[in-house]
Amino acid sequence: MMGRYALVQRSEVSLKSIMLVPLVTFVLALLGSMVLFGFLGAPPLEVLYRLLIDPLASAYNISEVVIKAAPLILIAQGLAIGFRAKVWNIGAEGQLIIGAVAASVIPITFPESQNVLMLPAMMLAGMIAGAAWAGIAAALKTRFNASEIIVTLMLNQIAVQILYFLINGPLKDPMGFSYPQSVSFPPVAMYPLLSDDGMLRANASILVVILLSIAALIYVTRTFSGYTLLVGGLAPSAASYAGFSAKKAVWITLLIGGAAAGLAGVGEISGPIGRLQPSLSPGYGFAAIIVAYLGGLHPVGILLAGTFMAIVYVGADGAIIDVGLPPAAPVIFQGMVLVFYLASFALVQYRIVRVQPEARA
Amino acid sequence: MTDTIIFVLAGAFATATPLLLAAIGEAVAEKAGVMNLSVEGMMAFAAAVAFAVTYQTGNIVLGFGLAVGASVALSLVFSILVLGFSANQIVSGLAVGILGLGLSSLAGRSFENLTMMAPANLSLPVLSDLPLVGPILFRQSAITYFAFAVAFLTWWFLAKTRHGRITKVVGEDPAIAHNLGFAVIRIRLFAIIFGAVMSGLGGAYASTILTPGWSDGLIAGRGWIAVALVVFGTWRPLRIAFGAYLFGALLLGDLAVQAMGFSVPPQIMTSLPYVMTIIVLAAVSRNALLIRLNAPVSLGQNFQPSK
Repeated sequence: MMGRYALVQRSEVSLKSIMLVPLVTFVLALLGSMVLFGFLGAPPLEVLYRLLIDPLASAYNISEVVIKAAPLILIAQGLAIGFRAKVWNIGAEGQLIIGAVAASVIPITFPESQNVLMLPAMMLAGMIAGAAWAGIAAALKTRFNASEIIVTLMLNQIAVQILYFLINGPLKDPMGFSYPQSVSFPPVAMYPLLSDDGMLRANASILVVILLSIAALIYVTRTFSGYTLLVGGLAPSAASYAGFSAKKAVWITLLIGGAAAGLAGVGEISGPIGRLQPSLSPGYGFAAIIVAYLGGLHPVGILLAGTFMAIVYVGADGAIIDVGLPPAAPVIFQGMVLVFYLASFALVQYRIVRVQPEARA
Repeated sequence: MTDTIIFVLAGAFATATPLLLAAIGEAVAEKAGVMNLSVEGMMAFAAAVAFAVTYQTGNIVLGFGLAVGASVALSLVFSILVLGFSANQIVSGLAVGILGLGLSSLAGRSFENLTMMAPANLSLPVLSDLPLVGPILFRQSAITYFAFAVAFLTWWFLAKTRHGRITKVVGEDPAIAHNLGFAVIRIRLFAIIFGAVMSGLGGAYASTILTPGWSDGLIAGRGWIAVALVVFGTWRPLRIAFGAYLFGALLLGDLAVQAMGFSVPPQIMTSLPYVMTIIVLAAVSRNALLIRLNAPVSLGQNFQPSK
């Protein structure tokens, strides 16, 4: 099969063809899910409508999209910085949890407080804790050369157990009967809502996310000479990454990724959830990996990809209830997106050429 | 007390079985230069399929067969990305792994929280009646014996056979292997498929024999521990087997501690294997010479024959 055809790397990749990749990916993944879920008894056109149009069809749904887009974009911006340097932080889910746990200590300790500095303090605590959790992987990578992939993954599992332990013990609401959850947070611990309509839950965390995305954009454009070079597969190796030494690159990227994920954790407990509880995220830490790639590891692309992924999340939530879409649908869809992305990315990066069977000496 | 020891040690071999199978499979893929990080997803999908099929048909052989088929199907998607499109191995592994986890929830959704009877273990005649050693070693599932045989045969294959040596050359330097006339892509494909078969068997064993039942998330990081075990064993099958049995005992640690009457928060016991994985990984990786001597040089790097 590969004997007759081969991939040859293109010397130049046009920006237009790079922009095409997410679009092609998106169409293929939608077609794929329509076929798969149609096969399982959900009417394909209904699924398409539910996944893409319905989430934007009402103010309530748009507000829900904003709620889900915020953590996805925030985490993906942090991860992309690492992925560009080939530092594989797969532990955003754990960093999100640890960030939320650390930040929650403040409102749980002062549940009656009216100090407006509480939310900023929580944001800071979340970022520091998330960065510290990721820092474990950075320390083990730089000192012992331990694979950050495996370490960050193991740290995810441990973070979940730390959350379970604390929420059943020291951080549990003593009046909460047998429910493993904390007290409700005071208003000063919460992000302000974007609208006065009590039904709409979207809050100011999205503004923080947009600000940080702009910061990421400035960072990227100032530290890299050409973005096309980067996505053309010529990304610098970790060793020469933006002029840092390899060790420094590992530290910086993991700390930034951890801080972003930790802040996203604060966004959940100080946003739609309003307390600490055993389930904090429907897998944002993993979905953000896909968002980062679908966005071409570029801040602007990530904003778009995160919004798109949030739309699908909200659409799938509705379709699971109303048209019997299987609950696994969002995860399968995410997997398909990444698979199709990698395939279409290869097709712009390489040309398929026919090679003559070579005579071997 | 003796009963507890027998219970934990016998259980360790059973618990180690899926880890060992998946880790040996991954080791062979990595020896050929391919890092396949979809082990967790392959095991999960296989586990769901094996349970669903065995529960429906009562035919565990069919269950294992289709589970292996499911795992191999995922690995073919991975192969197309990595071998066909030269896509990044790490990201491709993650992508296929996520797909596998999603498909496992899908395949298992009508079977959530169902359980069934495990098939009887194989008591080897005479040997199983030996005191102490008998119940620990010789009253295990056939798959547990099979897993050890696979580890041994893989060692033999890699160390002693011509095909094993070719596989290693492909992992060390695919360009040289290509120039010597070996079909690099085909050999890597076989190695990936072998890995998928082993992951599939491991997943199927977990949901039909070890803890015969299905609930979402049943594999619970075993695939990742298997990936870590490959480094722990520095790509050597017999050391990987040793590591797998060590972790098998560790995974049973909470039962043992409870049986001995200690009260430790369950979350700490659940975390222990993951903490140990990190510590062991750091300890082994620290030895640069050991890693350099055994790690396949081209691990993670794709190869295009035409270049």
